[in-house]
Amino acid sequence: MAKYIFKRIIMAIVTLFIITFLLFMLVRIMPGNPFPSERMSAEAIEKKRAEMGLDKPILVQFGDYIANIVSTGSFGKGSSLYNGAPIATVLPKAMGNSFKIGGIAICFGVFIGLVLGIAAALNRGKFWDVFCTVLSIIGVCIPSYVFMIFLQYFFAYKLPVFPFYFNNRQFFVSSIMPALSLSLFSMSTVARFTRNEMVEVMDSDYVLLAESKGMYGTKLVTRHILRNALIPIVTVIAPLIVDLLTGALVVEKIYGINGIGKLMVDAITGEGIDYNYVLALGILYSTLYIGIMLLLDIVYCLLDPRIRVTEKKGKRRREAEKKEAPAAA
Amino acid sequence: MSRKNKKTVSEAAVNTYVPSAEDFVLDVNRDITTDRNFASQGFWKGVCTRFFKNTRAVIGLVIIVLIIIFALIGPSLNQYGYSDIVSVYDEETGKEITARSMPPHIPALHKLFTGEDYDDLFAEHTFIFGTDSLGRDLWTRVWYGARVSLLIAFVTIFIDMIVGMSFGLISGFFGGVTDSFMQRFVEIANSIPRLVIVGVLATFMTKGIGLVIVALLLTEWIGMSKIARAEMLKIKNMEYIMASRTLGAKSGRIIFKDVLPNTIGPIITQMMFSIPTAIFTEAFLSFVGVGIMLPQCSVGSLIEDGFNNITTLPYQILPPILVLAFLMLAFNFVGDGLREALAPRIEDM
Repeated sequence: MAKYIFKRIIMAIVTLFIITFLLFMLVRIMPGNPFPSERMSAEAIEKKRAEMGLDKPILVQFGDYIANIVSTGSFGKGSSLYNGAPIATVLPKAMGNSFKIGGIAICFGVFIGLVLGIAAALNRGKFWDVFCTVLSIIGVCIPSYVFMIFLQYFFAYKLPVFPFYFNNRQFFVSSIMPALSLSLFSMSTVARFTRNEMVEVMDSDYVLLAESKGMYGTKLVTRHILRNALIPIVTVIAPLIVDLLTGALVVEKIYGINGIGKLMVDAITGEGIDYNYVLALGILYSTLYIGIMLLLDIVYCLLDPRIRVTEKKGKRRREAEKKEAPAAA
Repeated sequence: MSRKNKKTVSEAAVNTYVPSAEDFVLDVNRDITTDRNFASQGFWKGVCTRFFKNTRAVIGLVIIVLIIIFALIGPSLNQYGYSDIVSVYDEETGKEITARSMPPHIPALHKLFTGEDYDDLFAEHTFIFGTDSLGRDLWTRVWYGARVSLLIAFVTIFIDMIVGMSFGLISGFFGGVTDSFMQRFVEIANSIPRLVIVGVLATFMTKGIGLVIVALLLTEWIGMSKIARAEMLKIKNMEYIMASRTLGAKSGRIIFKDVLPNTIGPIITQMMFSIPTAIFTEAFLSFVGVGIMLPQCSVGSLIEDGFNNITTLPYQILPPILVLAFLMLAFNFVGDGLREALAPRIEDM
């Protein structure tokens, strides 16, 4: 087990390193001149380049970049070309906003999805089941931003219950709508998945056995059904959280949130592309993505005893084979 | 039966039997009865039967066909081009008036319900979905945008079929070092978020539909390659593959002629599900402003236009949203229907 996790972590770090390298190379090889002004003299440009470390070989630049990230935890000391703000001050603020909304959205998605899925499985063919099915069809087929626009139009404009835009002063009230619309897809997926898993487990023999031994109600559901039904759900949560990263782009545009998604869009579509930001955000996104995948893999491994058992069996078999091998020789 | 009897009879008659023409007539309709209750049918016929029994799938198919038809003929049903700004010369004031932000304006329907003609300047113009804030006809633009979505759908099919499928099949077939190398590659490609790829591409490509297609090309094949590899691993140790190899077939023939036809079910299903994802990606990139560029339009950029005016002109956002939602719904329905039709479970039969 520990070996597996260790291997997985090493793999993730290597992957991240390769991605960082690729991104860095791509961004640095791009044609273009960081000093477009013609008024600067050749010496001034030379001096500036030396100051920014652009005169060194590209591999050395890469080494410096990595060393800087690892030692100071920030993406370069240089301010970006975009509005002159240094990345070190803009990025943490943006990350804070994005993570708050994202965190609420994950909670909404997972908890409401779970509750809906359980309700649907326990009342098969009744109202909650139908509701769950309809929700999952809507969630899969209607793009989340269409849903967001409708929510905003009806509940902030026509019926002003919630503020139209997100603001940090009314944090809780103004974050409900963005989080809810962001979580629609994950909510419906978790609900559908939970329902199907629950139904499968409820039809299995050991639940029948538990029932025939006189177990019923909450105890049966929590101890016997949920415990087994929940394990595979961890596997769907990983891609969903990753989807949230993408969804954040649109949410931040629609609700006017200053988050990393908005930074990314600004960096791409703003006047001139901002290489430093694209690079920093690219690395940040990849780190998040790989980190979440890794974390959920480990959680899955810890939750499901079967994985551990099969590994042990495999080990035992291998040992047995080793013992047999010399005998055969 | 009867032939056997005849034979024994002929042997009994000690070689004096002379065969007559009657002996060579086929026995088909005499003893053999055809099983009509459980008649065997071809694979594709079965798939079609099961598919068309599924109401949702048929509804999805109809919607897709309708959208394709409208995308093809819609823009040419009226006289406006997708970037034409409609304007009319006003004789009273002597000025050119543009049809900015007109609500839906259909003279024929107006006459039908109220019995009179429009008496505004645009009495002869028909704007089924209205016009946008620059005075361009939304009907034309929406169907033009639907063309972009459909183009993305076809590009996805191409990427899935050519890149993803070949990659997965080859990786699964050769195994060993090739496989582990190719799988490491997949792992790395899979852990770069699509957004980052778009961002990096945007640093050296002109923004537009080409960028979206390249981004899809770099990311969309991964899911398909996993499915194709899994299918290959399932099939490659079967006996008929060994037979084929024994007869001297080369790897290429085994992969594409022997294995491929047997993996077609899961591959088609996966393809149908990746189409709505791709359409959504394009719409979403155009919505945030990385995708299609003016004066062209796609469903996503139309939704963005409508979103900017949502509080004052909410009708502008409805047509593109409906087209996008129906497209995604329809492709999902058809995908579901195909999955059930291609791999029927025993309890469904």
